Amino acid sequence: MALSGLFLVVFLTQHFVINLSSVISPETFNSWSHFMGTNALVQFALQPVLIFGVFFHFIMGIVLELQNRKARPVNYVQFKGGAAAPWTSRNMIITGLVVLAFLGLHFYDFWIPEMVHKYVEFAPEDPTRYYAETVHKFESPVRVALYAISFVLLALHLWHGFASSFQSVGFNNKYSKALKGFTKLWAVAIPVGFIFIAVYHHFNQLPH
Amino acid sequence: MKLTLKIWRQQNAQAKGQMVTYPIDGIDGDMSFLEMMDVLNNELIQKGEDPVVFDHDCREGICGSCSMFINGEAHGPDRLVTTCQLHMRKFNDGDTITIEPWRAAGFPVIKDLMVDRSSFDRIQHAGGFISINTSGNTQDANAIPIEKEDADDAFAAATCIGCGACVASCKNSSAMLFVSAKVSQFALLPQGQVEATDRVLNMVKQMDEEGFGNCTNTGACEVECPKGISLENIARMNREYLAASLKG
Repeated sequence: MALSGLFLVVFLTQHFVINLSSVISPETFNSWSHFMGTNALVQFALQPVLIFGVFFHFIMGIVLELQNRKARPVNYVQFKGGAAAPWTSRNMIITGLVVLAFLGLHFYDFWIPEMVHKYVEFAPEDPTRYYAETVHKFESPVRVALYAISFVLLALHLWHGFASSFQSVGFNNKYSKALKGFTKLWAVAIPVGFIFIAVYHHFNQLPH
Repeated sequence: MKLTLKIWRQQNAQAKGQMVTYPIDGIDGDMSFLEMMDVLNNELIQKGEDPVVFDHDCREGICGSCSMFINGEAHGPDRLVTTCQLHMRKFNDGDTITIEPWRAAGFPVIKDLMVDRSSFDRIQHAGGFISINTSGNTQDANAIPIEKEDADDAFAAATCIGCGACVASCKNSSAMLFVSAKVSQFALLPQGQVEATDRVLNMVKQMDEEGFGNCTNTGACEVECPKGISLENIARMNREYLAASLKG
Protein backbone atom coordinates (compact mmCIF):
# COMPACT_ATOMS: atom_id res chain seq x y z
CA MET A 1 0.00 0.00 0.00
CA ALA A 2 2.73 2.43 1.02
CA LEU A 3 4.92 1.86 -2.04
CA SER A 4 2.03 2.04 -4.51
CA GLY A 5 0.74 5.10 -2.64
CA LEU A 6 4.12 6.86 -2.92
CA PHE A 7 4.23 5.98 -6.60
CA LEU A 8 0.77 7.52 -7.08
CA VAL A 9 1.89 10.64 -5.20
CA VAL A 10 4.73 11.07 -7.70
CA PHE A 11 2.30 10.55 -10.58
CA LEU A 12 -0.17 13.04 -9.09
CA THR A 13 2.59 15.64 -8.84
CA GLN A 14 3.55 15.36 -12.51
CA HIS A 15 -0.15 15.32 -13.50
CA PHE A 16 -0.66 18.52 -11.53
CA VAL A 17 2.34 20.26 -13.09
CA ILE A 18 1.08 19.43 -16.60
CA ASN A 19 -2.47 20.54 -15.73
CA LEU A 20 -1.20 23.77 -14.21
CA SER A 21 0.53 24.58 -17.49
CA SER A 22 -2.95 24.77 -19.07
CA VAL A 23 -3.63 27.83 -16.91
CA ILE A 24 -0.27 29.46 -17.58
CA SER A 25 0.37 28.63 -21.24
CA PRO A 26 -2.01 26.69 -23.55
CA GLU A 27 0.90 26.09 -25.95
CA THR A 28 3.00 24.45 -23.25
CA PHE A 29 0.02 22.34 -22.15
CA ASN A 30 -0.56 21.19 -25.75
CA SER A 31 3.11 20.43 -26.20
CA TRP A 32 3.43 18.41 -22.96
CA SER A 33 0.12 16.61 -23.56
CA HIS A 34 1.14 15.73 -27.09
CA PHE A 35 4.41 14.33 -25.76
CA MET A 36 2.65 12.29 -23.04
CA GLY A 37 0.01 11.09 -25.49
CA THR A 38 2.34 10.02 -28.27
CA ASN A 39 5.65 9.04 -26.67
CA ALA A 40 6.01 5.27 -26.91
CA LEU A 41 7.81 4.95 -23.57
CA VAL A 42 5.04 6.88 -21.77
CA GLN A 43 2.21 5.10 -23.60
CA PHE A 44 3.45 1.52 -23.57
CA ALA A 45 5.78 1.34 -20.55
CA LEU A 46 4.80 3.99 -17.96
CA GLN A 47 1.05 3.92 -18.61
CA PRO A 48 0.67 0.16 -17.94
CA VAL A 49 2.78 0.57 -14.76
CA LEU A 50 0.50 3.42 -13.66
CA ILE A 51 -2.66 1.41 -14.35
CA PHE A 52 -1.18 -1.52 -12.42
CA GLY A 53 -0.26 0.84 -9.56
CA VAL A 54 -3.79 2.24 -9.38
CA PHE A 55 -5.43 -1.19 -9.46
CA PHE A 56 -2.95 -2.64 -6.98
CA HIS A 57 -3.52 0.26 -4.56
CA PHE A 58 -7.30 0.08 -4.47
CA ILE A 59 -7.55 -3.72 -4.56
CA MET A 60 -5.06 -4.02 -1.69
CA GLY A 61 -6.94 -1.27 0.17
CA ILE A 62 -10.18 -3.22 -0.08
CA VAL A 63 -8.47 -6.51 0.86
CA LEU A 64 -6.88 -4.87 3.93
CA GLU A 65 -10.22 -3.38 4.96
CA LEU A 66 -11.91 -6.79 4.74
CA GLN A 67 -9.09 -8.46 6.71
CA ASN A 68 -9.26 -5.73 9.34
CA ARG A 69 -13.02 -6.08 9.75
CA LYS A 70 -12.57 -9.83 10.17
CA ALA A 71 -10.02 -9.17 12.92
CA ARG A 72 -12.83 -7.76 15.13
CA PRO A 73 -15.78 -10.13 14.74
CA VAL A 74 -17.72 -8.52 17.62
CA ASN A 75 -17.82 -4.73 17.71
CA TYR A 76 -17.69 -2.59 20.81
CA VAL A 77 -20.94 -1.15 22.15
CA GLN A 78 -19.00 2.08 22.70
CA PHE A 79 -15.82 2.87 20.75
CA LYS A 80 -14.27 6.33 20.99
CA GLY A 81 -12.07 6.05 17.93
CA GLY A 82 -11.81 9.82 17.68
CA ALA A 83 -10.23 10.10 21.14
CA ALA A 84 -7.02 8.46 19.96
CA ALA A 85 -6.84 8.75 16.18
CA PRO A 86 -7.84 11.44 13.65
CA TRP A 87 -10.86 10.99 11.36
CA THR A 88 -8.72 10.89 8.23
CA SER A 89 -6.70 7.90 9.46
CA ARG A 90 -9.82 5.95 10.47
CA ASN A 91 -11.76 6.52 7.25
CA MET A 92 -9.26 5.86 4.48
CA ILE A 93 -11.65 3.34 2.95
CA ILE A 94 -14.40 5.98 2.63
CA THR A 95 -12.15 8.68 1.17
CA GLY A 96 -10.45 6.05 -0.99
CA LEU A 97 -13.74 4.75 -2.43
CA VAL A 98 -14.85 8.29 -3.29
CA VAL A 99 -11.52 8.87 -5.06
CA LEU A 100 -12.03 5.53 -6.85
CA ALA A 101 -15.50 6.64 -8.01
CA PHE A 102 -13.93 9.88 -9.19
CA LEU A 103 -11.34 7.89 -11.15
CA GLY A 104 -14.24 6.18 -12.93
CA LEU A 105 -15.60 9.60 -13.96
CA HIS A 106 -12.12 10.80 -14.87
CA PHE A 107 -11.48 7.74 -17.08
CA TYR A 108 -14.89 8.25 -18.73
CA ASP A 109 -14.10 11.92 -19.32
CA PHE A 110 -10.52 11.76 -20.53
CA TRP A 111 -8.77 8.41 -20.65
CA ILE A 112 -11.34 6.28 -22.53
CA PRO A 113 -12.02 8.96 -25.24
CA GLU A 114 -8.25 9.36 -25.60
CA MET A 115 -7.71 5.61 -26.02
CA VAL A 116 -10.61 5.41 -28.51
CA HIS A 117 -9.24 8.43 -30.40
CA LYS A 118 -5.76 6.94 -30.73
CA TYR A 119 -6.07 3.17 -30.72
CA VAL A 120 -9.63 2.41 -31.97
CA GLU A 121 -10.42 5.16 -34.45
CA PHE A 122 -6.75 5.81 -35.27
CA ALA A 123 -7.73 9.48 -35.72
CA PRO A 124 -5.05 11.78 -37.12
CA GLU A 125 -3.04 13.45 -34.36
CA ASP A 126 -3.56 17.18 -33.89
CA PRO A 127 -0.96 18.48 -31.40
CA THR A 128 -3.13 21.54 -30.63
CA ARG A 129 -6.35 19.70 -29.68
CA TYR A 130 -5.57 19.00 -25.99
CA TYR A 131 -6.16 22.47 -24.55
CA ALA A 132 -9.57 22.96 -26.17
CA GLU A 133 -10.69 19.43 -25.23
CA THR A 134 -9.68 19.95 -21.61
CA VAL A 135 -11.30 23.36 -21.26
CA HIS A 136 -14.59 22.14 -22.77
CA LYS A 137 -14.75 19.29 -20.25
CA PHE A 138 -15.09 21.85 -17.48
CA GLU A 139 -18.02 23.67 -19.07
CA SER A 140 -20.55 21.81 -16.94
CA PRO A 141 -20.86 23.22 -13.39
CA VAL A 142 -22.00 19.77 -12.20
CA ARG A 143 -18.77 18.19 -13.43
CA VAL A 144 -16.70 20.95 -11.81
CA ALA A 145 -18.59 20.43 -8.54
CA LEU A 146 -18.01 16.66 -8.70
CA TYR A 147 -14.32 17.24 -9.34
CA ALA A 148 -14.11 19.70 -6.45
CA ILE A 149 -15.84 17.33 -4.00
CA SER A 150 -13.62 14.46 -5.11
CA PHE A 151 -10.47 16.50 -4.63
CA VAL A 152 -11.55 17.50 -1.11
CA LEU A 153 -11.86 13.77 -0.35
CA LEU A 154 -8.51 13.16 -2.05
CA ALA A 155 -6.96 15.79 0.22
CA LEU A 156 -8.35 13.99 3.28
CA HIS A 157 -7.02 10.68 1.91
CA LEU A 158 -3.57 12.16 1.33
CA TRP A 159 -3.57 13.98 4.68
CA HIS A 160 -3.11 10.61 6.36
CA GLY A 161 -1.87 8.44 3.52
CA PHE A 162 1.19 10.39 2.37
CA ALA A 163 2.75 10.69 5.84
CA SER A 164 1.63 7.16 6.78
CA SER A 165 3.46 5.62 3.82
CA PHE A 166 6.81 6.75 5.24
CA GLN A 167 6.01 5.09 8.58
CA SER A 168 5.10 1.88 6.72
CA VAL A 169 8.41 1.74 4.90
CA GLY A 170 10.20 2.23 8.19
CA PHE A 171 11.06 5.92 7.99
CA ASN A 172 10.52 7.38 11.45
CA ASN A 173 13.38 9.48 12.80
CA LYS A 174 14.40 13.05 13.69
CA TYR A 175 13.41 14.24 10.20
CA SER A 176 9.89 12.77 10.42
CA LYS A 177 8.30 15.87 11.97
CA ALA A 178 9.50 18.10 9.13
CA LEU A 179 8.56 15.47 6.56
CA LYS A 180 5.09 15.19 8.08
CA GLY A 181 4.68 18.95 7.77
CA PHE A 182 5.65 18.77 4.10
CA THR A 183 3.25 15.88 3.41
CA LYS A 184 0.35 17.77 5.04
CA LEU A 185 1.13 20.88 3.00
CA TRP A 186 1.35 18.80 -0.18
CA ALA A 187 -1.87 16.93 0.69
CA VAL A 188 -3.76 20.23 0.72
CA ALA A 189 -1.90 22.19 -1.96
CA ILE A 190 -2.13 19.67 -4.80
CA PRO A 191 -5.90 18.94 -4.54
CA VAL A 192 -6.65 22.66 -4.04
CA GLY A 193 -4.54 23.32 -7.14
CA PHE A 194 -6.54 20.78 -9.15
CA ILE A 195 -9.79 22.41 -7.98
CA PHE A 196 -8.43 25.82 -8.99
CA ILE A 197 -7.59 24.54 -12.49
CA ALA A 198 -11.11 23.08 -12.94
CA VAL A 199 -12.80 26.28 -11.69
CA TYR A 200 -10.46 28.47 -13.80
CA HIS A 201 -11.35 26.64 -17.01
CA HIS A 202 -15.05 26.68 -16.10
CA PHE A 203 -15.00 30.47 -16.01
CA ASN A 204 -12.68 30.84 -19.02
CA GLN A 205 -14.53 28.80 -21.62
CA LEU A 206 -13.40 28.96 -25.25
CA PRO A 207 -16.00 29.95 -27.86
CA HIS A 208 -17.61 26.85 -29.46
CA MET B 1 -20.49 8.82 44.17
CA LYS B 2 -23.50 7.15 42.60
CA LEU B 3 -22.92 5.46 39.22
CA THR B 4 -24.66 3.31 36.65
CA LEU B 5 -22.47 0.53 35.26
CA LYS B 6 -23.22 -1.15 31.96
CA ILE B 7 -21.10 -4.29 31.90
CA TRP B 8 -20.64 -7.01 29.29
CA ARG B 9 -21.73 -10.33 30.78
CA GLN B 10 -20.95 -13.55 28.95
CA GLN B 11 -21.22 -16.96 30.59
CA ASN B 12 -18.44 -18.60 28.56
CA ALA B 13 -16.61 -18.45 25.23
CA GLN B 14 -19.48 -20.08 23.36
CA ALA B 15 -22.36 -18.19 25.01
CA LYS B 16 -23.94 -15.08 23.55
CA GLY B 17 -23.16 -12.14 25.79
CA GLN B 18 -25.06 -8.97 26.55
CA MET B 19 -24.72 -5.66 28.37
CA VAL B 20 -26.20 -5.73 31.89
CA THR B 21 -26.91 -2.58 33.91
CA TYR B 22 -25.87 -2.33 37.59
CA PRO B 23 -26.52 0.72 39.77
CA ILE B 24 -23.79 1.27 42.36
CA ASP B 25 -23.52 3.72 45.27
CA GLY B 26 -20.91 4.81 47.82
CA ILE B 27 -17.98 4.93 45.44
CA ASP B 28 -15.11 7.10 46.65
CA GLY B 29 -13.09 9.19 44.19
CA ASP B 30 -9.84 7.81 45.65
CA MET B 31 -10.79 4.23 44.83
CA SER B 32 -9.17 2.61 41.83
CA PHE B 33 -11.43 1.33 39.08
CA LEU B 34 -10.73 -2.26 40.12
CA GLU B 35 -11.64 -1.46 43.74
CA MET B 36 -14.95 -0.12 42.43
CA MET B 37 -15.40 -3.45 40.60
CA ASP B 38 -14.60 -5.25 43.88
CA VAL B 39 -17.37 -3.30 45.61
CA LEU B 40 -19.80 -4.29 42.86
CA ASN B 41 -18.75 -7.94 43.05
CA ASN B 42 -19.16 -7.97 46.86
CA GLU B 43 -22.71 -6.72 46.39
CA LEU B 44 -23.41 -9.31 43.70
CA ILE B 45 -22.04 -12.15 45.86
CA GLN B 46 -24.12 -11.00 48.85
CA LYS B 47 -27.19 -11.07 46.61
CA GLY B 48 -26.28 -14.57 45.47
CA GLU B 49 -25.46 -13.49 41.94
CA ASP B 50 -22.47 -14.40 39.81
CA PRO B 51 -19.66 -11.83 40.27
CA VAL B 52 -18.24 -10.09 37.19
CA VAL B 53 -15.11 -11.93 36.03
CA PHE B 54 -12.16 -9.69 35.13
CA ASP B 55 -8.38 -10.10 34.94
CA HIS B 56 -6.21 -8.47 37.60
CA ASP B 57 -2.98 -9.24 39.40
CA CYS B 58 -0.37 -6.71 40.58
CA ARG B 59 -2.74 -3.71 40.79
CA GLU B 60 0.20 -1.36 40.36
CA GLY B 61 0.40 -1.05 36.59
CA ILE B 62 3.22 -3.46 35.81
CA CYS B 63 1.69 -6.87 35.15
CA GLY B 64 -0.57 -6.00 32.23
CA SER B 65 -3.43 -8.16 33.48
CA CYS B 66 -6.27 -5.69 33.76
CA SER B 67 -7.91 -5.29 30.42
CA MET B 68 -11.15 -3.35 30.47
CA PHE B 69 -12.54 -1.20 27.68
CA ILE B 70 -14.10 1.65 29.64
CA ASN B 71 -16.39 4.23 28.04
CA GLY B 72 -15.02 3.40 24.61
CA GLU B 73 -11.32 3.48 25.49
CA ALA B 74 -8.78 0.89 26.60
CA HIS B 75 -8.03 1.35 30.33
CA GLY B 76 -10.54 4.22 30.40
CA PRO B 77 -10.30 7.96 29.79
CA ASP B 78 -6.95 8.62 31.51
CA ARG B 79 -3.62 8.44 29.67
CA LEU B 80 -0.53 6.33 30.49
CA VAL B 81 -2.37 4.29 33.12
CA THR B 82 -3.73 0.77 33.36
CA THR B 83 -7.23 0.13 34.65
CA CYS B 84 -5.86 -0.62 38.13
CA GLN B 85 -4.22 2.83 38.15
CA LEU B 86 -7.39 4.59 36.98
CA HIS B 87 -9.01 6.50 39.81
CA MET B 88 -12.75 6.95 40.22
CA ARG B 89 -12.21 10.72 40.54
CA LYS B 90 -11.90 10.68 36.75
CA PHE B 91 -15.68 10.15 36.73
CA ASN B 92 -18.54 12.29 37.97
CA ASP B 93 -21.40 11.50 40.30
CA GLY B 94 -24.33 10.19 38.27
CA ASP B 95 -22.18 8.99 35.34
CA THR B 96 -23.02 5.93 33.31
CA ILE B 97 -19.90 3.84 32.65
CA THR B 98 -19.74 1.27 29.87
CA ILE B 99 -17.34 -1.62 30.56
CA GLU B 100 -16.48 -4.15 27.86
CA PRO B 101 -13.79 -6.76 27.25
CA TRP B 102 -11.02 -6.27 24.64
CA ARG B 103 -12.59 -7.01 21.27
CA ALA B 104 -10.41 -8.84 18.76
CA ALA B 105 -10.37 -12.18 16.96
CA GLY B 106 -6.95 -12.75 18.57
CA PHE B 107 -8.42 -12.15 22.06
CA PRO B 108 -11.51 -14.37 22.39
CA VAL B 109 -13.68 -13.77 25.46
CA ILE B 110 -13.32 -16.43 28.16
CA LYS B 111 -15.97 -15.02 30.49
CA ASP B 112 -17.42 -11.55 31.07
CA LEU B 113 -14.49 -9.10 30.88
CA MET B 114 -11.76 -11.74 30.81
CA VAL B 115 -10.17 -12.47 27.43
CA ASP B 116 -7.67 -15.09 26.29
CA ARG B 117 -4.41 -13.28 25.49
CA SER B 118 -2.34 -16.44 24.99
CA SER B 119 -1.90 -15.32 21.38
CA PHE B 120 0.65 -12.81 22.75
CA ASP B 121 2.48 -15.68 24.48
CA ARG B 122 2.64 -17.62 21.22
CA ILE B 123 4.02 -14.57 19.42
CA GLN B 124 6.70 -14.29 22.11
CA HIS B 125 7.48 -18.01 21.82
CA ALA B 126 8.00 -17.51 18.08
CA GLY B 127 11.02 -15.27 18.64
CA GLY B 128 10.72 -12.82 21.53
CA PHE B 129 13.84 -14.07 23.29
CA ILE B 130 17.63 -14.37 22.95
CA SER B 131 19.30 -17.77 23.24
CA ILE B 132 22.20 -17.04 25.59
CA ASN B 133 23.80 -19.43 28.00
CA THR B 134 22.79 -18.38 31.51
CA SER B 135 24.40 -21.27 33.38
CA GLY B 136 26.93 -19.21 35.28
CA ASN B 137 29.30 -18.03 32.56
CA THR B 138 27.23 -15.17 31.19
CA GLN B 139 29.22 -12.14 30.05
CA ASP B 140 28.71 -9.04 32.15
CA ALA B 141 26.29 -6.91 30.15
CA ASN B 142 28.08 -3.76 31.32
CA ALA B 143 31.21 -4.97 29.51
CA ILE B 144 29.43 -4.54 26.15
CA PRO B 145 29.48 -0.92 24.98
CA ILE B 146 26.03 0.28 23.89
CA GLU B 147 25.11 3.80 22.83
CA LYS B 148 23.04 5.64 25.43
CA GLU B 149 20.25 6.40 22.91
CA ASP B 150 20.01 2.75 21.89
CA ALA B 151 20.00 1.58 25.50
CA ASP B 152 17.26 4.09 26.35
CA ASP B 153 15.13 3.12 23.33
CA ALA B 154 15.58 -0.60 24.06
CA PHE B 155 14.53 -0.03 27.66
CA ALA B 156 11.52 2.03 26.59
CA ALA B 157 10.44 -0.78 24.24
CA ALA B 158 10.96 -3.33 27.00
CA THR B 159 8.49 -1.50 29.27
CA CYS B 160 5.65 -2.97 27.20
CA ILE B 161 3.59 -5.02 29.64
CA GLY B 162 1.70 -6.93 26.94
CA CYS B 163 -1.71 -5.83 28.21
CA GLY B 164 -3.20 -5.71 24.70
CA ALA B 165 -4.57 -2.15 24.90
CA CYS B 166 -2.93 -1.50 21.52
CA VAL B 167 -4.99 -4.26 19.91
CA ALA B 168 -8.13 -3.22 21.75
CA SER B 169 -7.79 0.44 20.70
CA CYS B 170 -6.85 -0.16 17.09
CA LYS B 171 -9.78 -0.02 14.70
CA ASN B 172 -8.09 -2.91 12.85
CA SER B 173 -7.27 -4.95 15.99
CA SER B 174 -3.63 -4.84 14.94
CA ALA B 175 -0.96 -6.16 17.30
CA MET B 176 1.87 -4.29 15.59
CA LEU B 177 2.75 -2.06 18.56
CA PHE B 178 3.14 -5.04 20.91
CA VAL B 179 5.13 -7.13 18.43
CA SER B 180 7.29 -4.18 17.39
CA ALA B 181 8.14 -3.41 21.04
CA LYS B 182 9.21 -7.01 21.56
CA VAL B 183 11.27 -6.97 18.36
CA SER B 184 12.78 -3.54 19.11
CA GLN B 185 14.00 -4.31 22.60
CA PHE B 186 16.41 -6.85 21.04
CA ALA B 187 16.95 -5.20 17.66
CA LEU B 188 18.61 -2.24 19.38
CA LEU B 189 21.06 -4.34 21.40
CA PRO B 190 24.10 -6.36 20.28
CA GLN B 191 22.78 -9.44 22.08
CA GLY B 192 19.74 -9.43 19.82
CA GLN B 193 21.58 -9.41 16.52
CA VAL B 194 22.35 -13.13 16.26
CA GLU B 195 18.68 -14.14 15.92
CA ALA B 196 17.42 -10.87 14.44
CA THR B 197 16.40 -12.26 11.04
CA ASP B 198 14.46 -15.26 12.35
CA ARG B 199 12.98 -13.25 15.21
CA VAL B 200 11.15 -10.65 13.16
CA LEU B 201 10.04 -13.07 10.44
CA ASN B 202 8.73 -15.65 12.91
CA MET B 203 7.01 -13.17 15.23
CA VAL B 204 5.24 -11.39 12.36
CA LYS B 205 4.20 -14.75 10.87
CA GLN B 206 2.76 -15.82 14.24
CA MET B 207 1.02 -12.45 14.63
CA ASP B 208 -0.71 -12.93 11.28
CA GLU B 209 -1.69 -16.51 12.14
CA GLU B 210 -3.34 -15.33 15.36
CA GLY B 211 -5.87 -13.31 13.33
CA PHE B 212 -4.82 -9.78 14.24
CA GLY B 213 -5.52 -7.03 11.71
CA ASN B 214 -3.15 -4.87 9.69
CA CYS B 215 -1.53 -1.64 10.84
CA THR B 216 -2.81 1.44 8.99
CA ASN B 217 -0.84 3.89 11.15
CA THR B 218 -3.83 5.52 12.85
CA GLY B 219 -1.66 5.93 15.97
CA ALA B 220 -4.47 4.97 18.37
CA CYS B 221 -2.28 2.25 19.91
CA GLU B 222 0.41 4.75 20.94
CA VAL B 223 -2.15 7.13 22.46
CA GLU B 224 -3.92 4.41 24.47
CA CYS B 225 -0.81 2.46 25.50
CA PRO B 226 -0.41 2.67 29.31
CA LYS B 227 3.37 2.56 28.89
CA GLY B 228 3.63 5.09 26.07
CA ILE B 229 5.25 2.65 23.63
CA SER B 230 6.18 4.72 20.58
CA LEU B 231 5.17 4.23 16.95
CA GLU B 232 8.91 4.44 16.20
CA ASN B 233 9.02 0.78 17.19
CA ILE B 234 6.61 -0.14 14.39
CA ALA B 235 8.78 1.71 11.85
CA ARG B 236 11.84 -0.09 13.26
CA MET B 237 10.11 -3.46 12.98
CA ASN B 238 9.12 -2.65 9.39
CA ARG B 239 12.79 -1.94 8.62
CA GLU B 240 13.86 -5.14 10.38
CA TYR B 241 11.20 -7.11 8.49
CA LEU B 242 12.25 -5.67 5.13
CA ALA B 243 15.94 -6.42 5.81
CA ALA B 244 15.12 -9.93 7.07
CA SER B 245 12.92 -10.65 4.04
CA LEU B 246 15.72 -9.65 1.68
CA LYS B 247 18.17 -11.88 3.58
CA GLY B 248 15.65 -14.71 3.45
